[in-house]
Amino acid sequence: MNKYRIKAFGITKDLLGGKETFIEIDGEKVADLRAALNERYPELLGLKSLFIAVNNDYADDTIRLNPSDEIALIPPVSGG
Amino acid sequence: MIKITEKSIDVKKIIDTVSSLSAGALNVFIGTVRNNANGKNVLWLEYEAYETMAVSQIRKIIEDASHRWPLLGWAVSHRIGTLKPGEVSVVVAVSTPHRKDSFEACQFIIDSVKEIAPIWKKEVFEDGEEWISARPEMAFKA
Repeated sequence: MNKYRIKAFGITKDLLGGKETFIEIDGEKVADLRAALNERYPELLGLKSLFIAVNNDYADDTIRLNPSDEIALIPPVSGG
Repeated sequence: MIKITEKSIDVKKIIDTVSSLSAGALNVFIGTVRNNANGKNVLWLEYEAYETMAVSQIRKIIEDASHRWPLLGWAVSHRIGTLKPGEVSVVVAVSTPHRKDSFEACQFIIDSVKEIAPIWKKEVFEDGEEWISARPEMAFKA
């Protein structure tokens, strides 16, 4: 099992109930993390989009994660 | 200069940082807080940013823009925190030798910032609040 620290912003902060959470998963890809998050927080599926950022960059589902990575949930952005 | 700040944005200062003696054009976009959304009064907006990523994504946007237009100076400043209607939420400024490039580059930068910079806003009404664009065809909470 790999344990990851996840930062949450915008509406995901409300859905996860805080700015940060930890999650343990079997896999090590962004896709595995996404599946685990959707299972634990099904409301994430109701968002228009949800990107996962790894080390300050948008990461696609094939990216491999490291427990030391900075991982963040990026719901639809609305700056400006 | 890229800045994510809780303090009010000094537009004149930003203009000074992008001005250049070899520039024939200086273009500024100023985003301001609207007092209404879908027919409802907006009391204030709450802006939030993933600051380190916002800065790195905006840096990429500027790099892109620099390849496409001859930028002499550039600046992007975005407010976070609580903003009331009328306040400045974002300023983009660029200077170039000629005006067409300055218009195009400025528009490209603000459009890209709105599209990819991890910054969020929540509208606060008299009877509720809503993260903008978060849900598809969001119904208004009465």
